[in-house]
Amino acid sequence: MSQSAPTREVARRVFASEFNDAGYTFTESDDERAPVYALLPTGESSNRVFFVGTLTEKEDVGEDSEYWRGRIVDPTGTFFVYAGQYQPEAASKLRDLEPPAYVAVVGKPRTYETDDGTVRVSVRPESITEVDAATRDRWVAETARRTVERVAAFDDEGNEYARMAREEYDLDPETYKAAALSALEDLDDSGDELAGDDPDPAGTPEP
Amino acid sequence: MSELRQEAEAIAEQFSDHTDVDPDDVEERLETLVDEYRVPLDEASRSVTNSYLEDAGMERDELGRGGSEEVLVDDIDEDEQWVDLRVELVDLWEPRSDSISQVGLLGDESGTIKFVAFETSDLPELTEGQAYELSNVVTDEYEGSYSVKLNRTTQITEIDEEIEIGDNADTVEGALVDIQSGSGLIKRCPEEDCTRVLQNGRCSEHGQVEGEFDLRIKGVLDDGETVSEVIFDREATEKLTGMSLEEAKDMAMDALDTTVVAEEMGEDVLGRYYRVTGPTFGRYVLVDEMEDPGTVDVESALIEARSI
Repeated sequence: MSQSAPTREVARRVFASEFNDAGYTFTESDDERAPVYALLPTGESSNRVFFVGTLTEKEDVGEDSEYWRGRIVDPTGTFFVYAGQYQPEAASKLRDLEPPAYVAVVGKPRTYETDDGTVRVSVRPESITEVDAATRDRWVAETARRTVERVAAFDDEGNEYARMAREEYDLDPETYKAAALSALEDLDDSGDELAGDDPDPAGTPEP
Repeated sequence: MSELRQEAEAIAEQFSDHTDVDPDDVEERLETLVDEYRVPLDEASRSVTNSYLEDAGMERDELGRGGSEEVLVDDIDEDEQWVDLRVELVDLWEPRSDSISQVGLLGDESGTIKFVAFETSDLPELTEGQAYELSNVVTDEYEGSYSVKLNRTTQITEIDEEIEIGDNADTVEGALVDIQSGSGLIKRCPEEDCTRVLQNGRCSEHGQVEGEFDLRIKGVLDDGETVSEVIFDREATEKLTGMSLEEAKDMAMDALDTTVVAEEMGEDVLGRYYRVTGPTFGRYVLVDEMEDPGTVDVESALIEARSI
């Protein structure tokens, strides 16, 4: 009989505004090595994410050893990425990168509770690479689509992660849909500018 | 119709080519086992089938499953189905076991599929390039890829026909989210017909050998819904990364370390989107063609997203 190979966790596409709201984590079994999932408010489990945005700031916040924090901005908000000695490649990448730069990040959601009890969600990167604007645009379009799909399936019968999201959060999934569509609309507008729809400030002569 | 009745008719149907089995009789026997002796239905049906086989002096694999259906090889997507094929023998491989008489690739217009024939089935040998009608072959699944097994009931008919072999390549698209170990600059076993990748200079079959350098990338494409494992061979890797085997060797030589090659490649390809096409082999899509999906069409993406 065939035995299925261990399956790799898919990298969810999620905008920063939704990701930062995903403070509830859970496991699917009692095994101590069971993967930990962050619950997306649009009703999906997430053990890994892939996102593309603009690295705007980086800072070594470590005390004894290097511990890099990067702020990576998408159309809806900011992802916080932390990489230290256990993510040597990602840490050295953050050290070398000069903001602003478009970067693609594959990583795992991590949560921690601050002293005042708020839960912060961040990313522990598996890889960070510098990419171009076309990759960023593709990611925005893809993530908008995935987000809208999740919201559309939110009221489906048997959508257990949506049920979980209703129990754990007091968040309206429609707000993420609105943010996703608006991110896509902004992309559409900037595309028009590049296509030459903006007024011609140089005043080049008519042909 | 009750579940028991359905099962009874299915069993009777399986014997229809060989011997007369009355569905009422089958149902009665099933009923006894299921209702009186509390045997689960699938076990009951197995046991009843066996008793009919014994009565008829037949082997289990002689059962026709009620006449199998002619299918295209690319449509095979279920384990243990009895099917008929119209195929050409595309390629014969060296059997790895004495119990196998022939192993290779069959093809029709939809694509190709692996086949295995066993010594015990006593079948006539198939010839490369010849077209056949094969009836009563059984499908088999291993790690998501399908093959067919010939068996003693398989009827082999040579047909005088040229079959145009189709291409059942898969296309997958997504962001390249990982490069797996065993990528970059690798060494392969130089023994004839052995292309195994060496681990610490050792081949799992031939032991310590002087390996031959090669390039490949085992990568993961992820579209946010599913992950696909893909292999870029040397040619595809050179095209993907723009790094030639010679450059890779020089780079490893300078660093006194082969792993720098995969790292350097990762810088260039991780986090980018690709669309690749090629045949599936086991868990992997072997990349024949690759394209950069290019600039996204925002307007149609917007129309689509609004319509969901």
